[in-house]
Amino acid sequence: MRVQVQRVRCVSSVHHDSPGDAVPPPPEVLIRFEQVAKTYVTRDGVDVSALSGIDLSVAAGSVLGVIGRSGAGKSSLIRLINGLERPSAGTIKVGDAEVSSLDERALRHVRRRIGMIFQHFNLLSSRTVSGNIALPLEIEGRGRAASRARVGELLALTGLEDQRDRYPAELSGGQKQRVGIARALATGPSVLLSDEATSALDPETTRSILALLRRINRELGLTIVLITHEMSVIRAVADRVAVLEAGRIVEQGDVFEVFTRPQAEITRTLLAGEMGLALPAGLRAEIDTQPIPGGTAVLRIAFRGAHASDPIIARLARETGIEANILSGTVDEIAGQPFGSLTVGLPAGPDVVGRARAFLDAHGLVSDLLGYLPARSVEARRVA
Amino acid sequence: MSPEMIRLLLQATGDTLAMVAVAACLGTLFGLPLGIFLATSRRGELLAAPWLNGILGLVVNATRSTPFIILVVAIIPFTRLIAGTSIGLWAATVPLTVAATPFIARLVEAAIREVDSGLVEAARAFGAGPLTIIRKVLIPEALPGILLGLTLAVVSLLGYSAMVGAVGGGGLGDLGIRYGYQRFRPEMMLAVVVVLIVLVQAVQTIGERFAARLNRRVRRA
Repeated sequence: MRVQVQRVRCVSSVHHDSPGDAVPPPPEVLIRFEQVAKTYVTRDGVDVSALSGIDLSVAAGSVLGVIGRSGAGKSSLIRLINGLERPSAGTIKVGDAEVSSLDERALRHVRRRIGMIFQHFNLLSSRTVSGNIALPLEIEGRGRAASRARVGELLALTGLEDQRDRYPAELSGGQKQRVGIARALATGPSVLLSDEATSALDPETTRSILALLRRINRELGLTIVLITHEMSVIRAVADRVAVLEAGRIVEQGDVFEVFTRPQAEITRTLLAGEMGLALPAGLRAEIDTQPIPGGTAVLRIAFRGAHASDPIIARLARETGIEANILSGTVDEIAGQPFGSLTVGLPAGPDVVGRARAFLDAHGLVSDLLGYLPARSVEARRVA
Repeated sequence: MSPEMIRLLLQATGDTLAMVAVAACLGTLFGLPLGIFLATSRRGELLAAPWLNGILGLVVNATRSTPFIILVVAIIPFTRLIAGTSIGLWAATVPLTVAATPFIARLVEAAIREVDSGLVEAARAFGAGPLTIIRKVLIPEALPGILLGLTLAVVSLLGYSAMVGAVGGGGLGDLGIRYGYQRFRPEMMLAVVVVLIVLVQAVQTIGERFAARLNRRVRRA
């Protein structure tokens, strides 16, 4: 599988070198789920569906983020890839191997080409940092000398040279996860599975671990599948995102697409905090879904790509005479592309909301009507 | 105490130590694999064999629930088969081993089950088979717990060994009963008790020290 990844990279660089050949080859799919379902049988003999109708493909060298609330089936989904769990229906292929039909013995060989990192690190407390990193090499049956050299490379890659002889109990969470990453990469896998790898870490450590994952993805061409419940993680490392709810993929696509035009309700909810889409707390408490006489309509406008720097509010006032009152807003970058989100209050008036949205539509901007606020709360805010 | 009594005391101490050492070694030899199997053959575990697990569990419980003095007498034919005789020091190690094995097995089982299942999952994810997982993950991670269990087992064996006087096993317990109690020599009784206290204390201290040295789960300065 590793060889295939290399080949794809070569092909794409050839395309870069030859001008005129504008269409790059479609990226090779490394992991493919077809109509996969997973059903558990409880102790009482009741079937509980964890996943159903999962169709998913991951291109070689890309990072797929799977997001969902706890219990959405993320954990089962990632464990189906290396066969730690077996599907009840459907097929799963990783490279040339159809993992869904392999027996346990054959799976062991496939697993040595798929690294995995865990939320709680799962390091052996009885082994030093070096010893933990060497574990997959011992499992693979690699010789002591070759193993030692490989461990040295991994310590350097993850910045753990000074920690090599320490035990996990003596390390910080971030260092433990670096050991986890080094261990997962030991056998030179082509796929890395990340099971909530940053959920037990503080924000700063999370950033450094995510940066390391991104670097590994770029430098080693490693395909990464990660599961998380935090949109910030997806945003920091993923190329594509799949949103899981109650065992189904409700939405998937490029990170920028999904972040800026979320379709499913669950996606909007998960994005709310991350994208500056949430209203300030004071206003959130007072917002009403029904129009309030004399009140303010609250509109959220998403700016994508080229529009992100347009003076759209000024133009709205000039061209339609509607003076919007800015309640909150951010301009940010997602997957390297600018994205802005602005929450505005529109003054009371005949069909103000309709006219404003028509204007925004005409300019290619997506807007959502969030609700209505009593005029006084907007006034109070403006004074403050 | 007369020199003769001191000689008896030393002899008995040596006998007790020999019996306990042999029984502890053999008990570990049989109990360790049995305990590992009991821990890993439960439903959904590495070597899942729930039926066999259930049967072995039953045998282990039956042996453990039989009072030791009754076990000693009940397995006399077995003892004769193994040791050629049912009387004396070496014959006494047979029931001691039979009692120690299931006890040690349960202690090992408990220590193995304490190992975080995430470690087993990680090893599986790296392509390890059940035997590799047992050898490289479960035993090393459970070792401090296993050592504490063995310490407990040795201390219990010191107690059990007092009862094998019933089949001429000798040792400190036998000395205490025959001289201290039946011939009413309180000083002999006291000496026996003091020696036993010292032995238990020594075993406990050594066991804990080894376990602590192996335990890397806690941060040390």
